[in-house]
Amino acid sequence: MFKFVLNGILRDRSRSLFPIIIVSLIVALVVFYKGFLVGAMGNMFKDSAVITSGHVKVMTTAYKEERQMLPNDLALLEVDHLIADLSQSHPDHFWSPRISFAGLLDLPDENGETKSQGPVFTTGIDFLSENSRQAELWELDTRIVSGREIRHFNESLVSAKLAEQLGLSLGDAVTFVGTTMDNAFTTFNFIVVGTFDLKMGPVDKQMMLADIQGARMALNMENAAAEIFGFKHDMFYDDKNSQVLRNQFNKMHSDTSDIFRPTMMALRDQNQMGTMVDLADVATIIILGIFILIAMIVLWNMGIMSGLRRYGEMGIRLAMGETKGQVYRSLILESVIIGTIGTFIGTAIGIPLTWYVQEYGIDYSSAFENLSNNTMMMTTVFYAKITPDLFFIGIVPGVVATVLGTMLAGRAIYKREMAQLFKELEN
Amino acid sequence: MLIRASTRLMQSKKRENMSNKNVVEIQNLLKQFPVGGGFFTALKDVNLQFKTGEFSGLVGPSGSGKTTLLNQIGGLDSPTEGSVNVLNMDLVNASHNQRADLRKTKMGFIFQSYNLLPVYTVFENVELPLILNKIESKKRKELVEQAVEWVGLTDKLESRPSQLSGGECQRTAIARAIVHKPALVLADEPTANLDAKNSHQIMKILVNLNQELDTSFIFATHDEKIMEYLKRIIHLDDGQVTQDDIIEKPKMSL
Repeated sequence: MFKFVLNGILRDRSRSLFPIIIVSLIVALVVFYKGFLVGAMGNMFKDSAVITSGHVKVMTTAYKEERQMLPNDLALLEVDHLIADLSQSHPDHFWSPRISFAGLLDLPDENGETKSQGPVFTTGIDFLSENSRQAELWELDTRIVSGREIRHFNESLVSAKLAEQLGLSLGDAVTFVGTTMDNAFTTFNFIVVGTFDLKMGPVDKQMMLADIQGARMALNMENAAAEIFGFKHDMFYDDKNSQVLRNQFNKMHSDTSDIFRPTMMALRDQNQMGTMVDLADVATIIILGIFILIAMIVLWNMGIMSGLRRYGEMGIRLAMGETKGQVYRSLILESVIIGTIGTFIGTAIGIPLTWYVQEYGIDYSSAFENLSNNTMMMTTVFYAKITPDLFFIGIVPGVVATVLGTMLAGRAIYKREMAQLFKELEN
Repeated sequence: MLIRASTRLMQSKKRENMSNKNVVEIQNLLKQFPVGGGFFTALKDVNLQFKTGEFSGLVGPSGSGKTTLLNQIGGLDSPTEGSVNVLNMDLVNASHNQRADLRKTKMGFIFQSYNLLPVYTVFENVELPLILNKIESKKRKELVEQAVEWVGLTDKLESRPSQLSGGECQRTAIARAIVHKPALVLADEPTANLDAKNSHQIMKILVNLNQELDTSFIFATHDEKIMEYLKRIIHLDDGQVTQDDIIEKPKMSL
């Protein structure tokens, strides 16, 4: 009987080609849509993670309380030791020290007099140590507008906006003017080796990136760091995992009398990102749920149309002695075959499509151009993400929805009097 | 020819032995359909017996209850009152599955509009009842080829219904109805869509099968051409049997 059903499906285009095309398209869309949503959400969090929050980050409790003020006098000390401990106890993450500091940036003329001057927000990042992934995470290969990456501790990258504002050129020696971690006055010369654009609107308006060694020298913070950023190796933010890690770490460092004890924050604990994470999760579920529901209705309707068209066939099969149950089961067998083939083809279309957008992204930068006051750290290029579940998610709309649609449509066989089906043979 | 003659003789004896056995017994049959707030009576006070090997027809104008009675005999519909016993099965008390099993193993159906499955070849259409009866592949092939030979379509085995003429389609439908050698074949207006020449061809095939296989045939028809072949004609009018004639010598025979 299986061969008989299969031959019927293969030969009857309206029973096979059209439904398989519909199922394939819907599965391809679901696969791509899921990949894009996950990727877009991941990207949204990835940029926030790289720039401000990490997937988790460690700081002193005192620093945490006043972190909006960038209180480097409350920074972590003996950082190398702490990073070694974190790497050992949490090998699924990699750890990177960070110092954020603000001050004035002064560009001298040929006589050493101030040519231009402006406020600067500097981030000292570990670019130069062996195995550092920071240049990769900051995507400097695509974000550097001119010049090159940092190769020496006293080199810096300046945002294209700041460079334009201060009239900076590549090779200029600029002087950072600020305070050390001991609140003493300090100046430090950085060589501008490149300009960058984070493509996040005005976020990088006054930003300068330096190597953490240079920042430590400038601020007198030897083996200290304001924060230690932790990232999952695959750079995908796993909210539950991060919360578990945070809770475990904070439980181990729970001496409330020590204001310099290290404490950990997850991405969701910062800048109202928790709300964003929850919203993203809910939005993904709702959007995908609605999408799958619509797909199911379409497939259900397809099942009904196919069933109606085949009442004559049902009648003759019943007349020849098949029971309603056997006819019903053979319809379901057909839908399983069609759903499986459609799911396979749809997944085979959806995955490469998702891969393309994962590699090349979709650029929304023009939509953000007018947001001059936008302070959201949001990428303007969205990338999809191929995750293992994309290879299986198509089964839901492809097979389950097709079979459910057929099951619902097939109920008509039971509802209809057999003699009526039989009578319809003559119509 | 000698073998064929002896087979005929054996079948003739067999028929004599079984001639008293009823394949269908209908008693006090009443069938009503709900219409609006009331009921439409399609069959009333029907009492009939059909014996093994009978070649009989239900004759009457449209709406006289022919197809409704055929559906009752085929177990496709249940009576409102009365009893229908087919091939020793009480259809009134039989379950859907029991009735389906009876149709599958012991009955065949021929329809006015052939109702062949369009995507399958002649071979596959004829093969379907055997698949449902779970006959093994080799035996299926043998039986299908035999049935197709009976109806003279050996050269059309791989053709699809769309490639056949109306007469060929109906002959395929006949092969499908008799491939599993059923005890009873129900034929609802089998020649209504055919011209005179094809109608006679079809009827000759059916008469031949009736004699060869000892299969009982019950027709529902108002076609004069069919009536010429029938050995028993049951007249229906307004759902009631008005006349039941045995024809000793049908006008047309082999």
